[in-house]
Amino acid sequence: MAQVKEYIGKIKPDWCPGCGDFGVLNSLQRALAELEIPPHQVQVVSGIGCSSNLPGFLNAYGFHGLHGRSLPVATGAKLGNHALTVIATGGDGDGYGIGVGHFVHTCRRNVDMTYIVMDNQIYGLTTGQASPTTEKDIRTKSTPEGTIELALNPVALALTCGATYVARGFSGENLHLAQLMKGAIEHKGFALVDVFSPCVTYNKHNTYPWFRERVYKLEDERHDTSDFRLGLEKAFEWGARIPIGVFYKVERPTYEDEEPALRSGTPLVKQPLHRNDLAAIMEDFI
Amino acid sequence: MTDYVFRVGGEGGEGVISTGELLTLTLARAGFEIYTFRTYPAEIKGGHANYQVRASNALLLSQGAAVDVLVAFNEEAYQKHAQDVRSGGALVYDADSFTPPANGAVIHYGIPMTSLATEKVGVKLTKNIVALGVLSRLFDISFEVFEDLLKERFARKGEAIVQKNLLALRVGADYAVQQPKRDDIRLGRGSRKTKELVLSGNESLGLGAIAAGCRIYAGYPITPATDIMEFLAKELPKIGGYVVQTEDEISAVGVVLGASYAGKKAMTATSGPGYSLMTEMIGLAVVAELPAVIVDVQRVGPSTGMPTKTEQGDLYLAVYGGHGNCPRIVMALTSVEDCFYGIMRAFNLAEQFQMPVIVLSDQYLGHRKATVPVPDPSTVPLVERRKPTTEELRGYQRYRFTPDHISPMSAPGMEGGGYVAEGLEHTEIGYPAASDHENHLRLTQKRYGKFHAVESIANELVRFYGEAHPEIGVIGWGSTEGVIREAVQMAQDQGYSVGALHTKILYPQPLAKLTEFINGTKAVIIPEVNFTGQFATLLRKRFAYDFIQLNKCVGLPFTPKEIFDKIEEAANHVHSRRRDLAPKL
Repeated sequence: MAQVKEYIGKIKPDWCPGCGDFGVLNSLQRALAELEIPPHQVQVVSGIGCSSNLPGFLNAYGFHGLHGRSLPVATGAKLGNHALTVIATGGDGDGYGIGVGHFVHTCRRNVDMTYIVMDNQIYGLTTGQASPTTEKDIRTKSTPEGTIELALNPVALALTCGATYVARGFSGENLHLAQLMKGAIEHKGFALVDVFSPCVTYNKHNTYPWFRERVYKLEDERHDTSDFRLGLEKAFEWGARIPIGVFYKVERPTYEDEEPALRSGTPLVKQPLHRNDLAAIMEDFI
Repeated sequence: MTDYVFRVGGEGGEGVISTGELLTLTLARAGFEIYTFRTYPAEIKGGHANYQVRASNALLLSQGAAVDVLVAFNEEAYQKHAQDVRSGGALVYDADSFTPPANGAVIHYGIPMTSLATEKVGVKLTKNIVALGVLSRLFDISFEVFEDLLKERFARKGEAIVQKNLLALRVGADYAVQQPKRDDIRLGRGSRKTKELVLSGNESLGLGAIAAGCRIYAGYPITPATDIMEFLAKELPKIGGYVVQTEDEISAVGVVLGASYAGKKAMTATSGPGYSLMTEMIGLAVVAELPAVIVDVQRVGPSTGMPTKTEQGDLYLAVYGGHGNCPRIVMALTSVEDCFYGIMRAFNLAEQFQMPVIVLSDQYLGHRKATVPVPDPSTVPLVERRKPTTEELRGYQRYRFTPDHISPMSAPGMEGGGYVAEGLEHTEIGYPAASDHENHLRLTQKRYGKFHAVESIANELVRFYGEAHPEIGVIGWGSTEGVIREAVQMAQDQGYSVGALHTKILYPQPLAKLTEFINGTKAVIIPEVNFTGQFATLLRKRFAYDFIQLNKCVGLPFTPKEIFDKIEEAANHVHSRRRDLAPKL
């Protein structure tokens, strides 16, 4: 196994002490080390938000782009060089709010990459407004009388949009989370790891103790990860008991498998340009 | 000299465009230079569509003015276009559809196209092919070339369909034989013996992108840019590339930036509404210093505007769109041939300067077809981004300050080259530096610093027509090049002292060449297909000069005459004297 410290970036995380995102970062570093993927073969793309600062804290190639737009950039990087291990990261506002359109289509496109969402059910970087996953009736700075809207269900959404590996972790369960990430990275296809990553500063409702009382591991109940309907049923389990683990996984040809230009396995960046073939194309227009 | 304008008009979705395209290809293969103009409704079925083909033995610079032959499939087409037919020209119409009033100046050929197609061919839809058969016989356009083209075009649909179409062509020709020939329009064979390509502006652009080494295209369908995606979806796989159809334009440009970061040239094309969505990503490409090529095939705005009509209205957006101090290169394509070489240069500029290059085309240019000499990509040597040396990968600094402000750019997979491409302001190393005031200034200076070198290139990419030091100058950009050239020629023929400067790079501007050109003129006209004179406004910021604007804002391109009239008006206004012309022998 490679050393976890090889994956530690040069910048120190600027998250609040106790932030769930530390656990996510540690788990990701552990997963990469266990898989022995060299840092220069790893491409991490994020959006904007507290959690989206992650690429700077990891030793790898990083892209810290626009709010909600990590997935298109990650898709482009993977399609340009599909030898890379591509990981997109961000928060719930980034991925399930402003970027949810990209999320839906990236699920169905099934590009081989991993999407880690640090879901704290709040907008943290803008200091505490309701997010798409804030539970109904929760008071936030933007909903002083409680949210009116129903919370979005990322696991169910990913399942119905065609994601081929759908998991949820808890940053209070680091080792378990690292295993989920390993599974996601190893999985060929689009993998979602939604992570309960408590915001200790702005979310006083969904706290570490709140989750600890409720979460249970699907594998402890011998959950059948090949059963789509069961996975979907579990996705809606919320309340006294909340499942974490792999809800569903399936092998389906990836975008790269289906795209003839990539079938040879040689990444596009390494393929010759075949410039002389231009003449053959021109023949069609004489 | 042979120089004829054909115009085909009728109901949208009933084959007007395909009739025009078949006529275009036939005339091109018969050895003529071609210049088409297409306007069609935004609806798929219904509404009025027309397609104009100009064929000549000389180089063509515009769509032409008066119509020699009007083909009207219905009365609406007749009513819309009859006044454009020159005296002595011909009207070929579907006599089953309507009867035009007698007109002594225009020769009428009433052909029962619908009933010929229904009764003699047995397929009503072939009435367009019947019409082509009529044209072939009436105006001496090579029947054999038509036949070969139909065989090719319909081969995939099976022999029965091919035979039906060939029959329709013969039925039309045979019927035309019975018509007494009363006009003097005859094409025969054109004088060009070499093979040329027949390309639309959008196709030429797609071909140029492939020649430039673009192997990923990401896009979202939008008129009038969609056919770039369709062209590349068909052609890129032949050369090891592919098209990604994304969920929206933001995603399209996101994929381009991701692929570019990974080390691969990529492109997207859109039109105004899509480009509006892309602006935040363009800002990201600027601050992260990523090469990217973004094409805007302009249509009439604002908002959804007039999707199938032409305008040069997105220049402000291309130059200034997005927040912050945001340098990018803006280019404009000028002709179908220039679409090929221009897009190659766009990739070169993007790679060399590691910044987004916005390429402006428009519906008029993107959708018109022209004959172009077989392009030679070797005339534009490919430029690749500066990569870090082994030495530079030790203690790698992605945004290292250099004399030319261009830093070596690593790509994932290079050991030691890891960095974070940042939307946040960052340091030389690439670390976020959102609170370092002095650093922001240094990095902004670095990004703008590249403009000196771009401006030198802009000065090289200026074209001149007419007199080099004229009294009346015309400054143009984009698809108006040919029309301006023709207008300048007309004015010179009338003895005016006139010349035109046409620039391919609009931002930063070729100031040296512009200054040189403007000095010594008595008046400078800036024709633009927009309402406010967007390029004129940009130039007024750089020159204390009272430019004369000529603006057209009806969704249609200029005609040479409109620009000529303005030249004449300006010349009279500033008392620019006409030279005595030597009498023509």
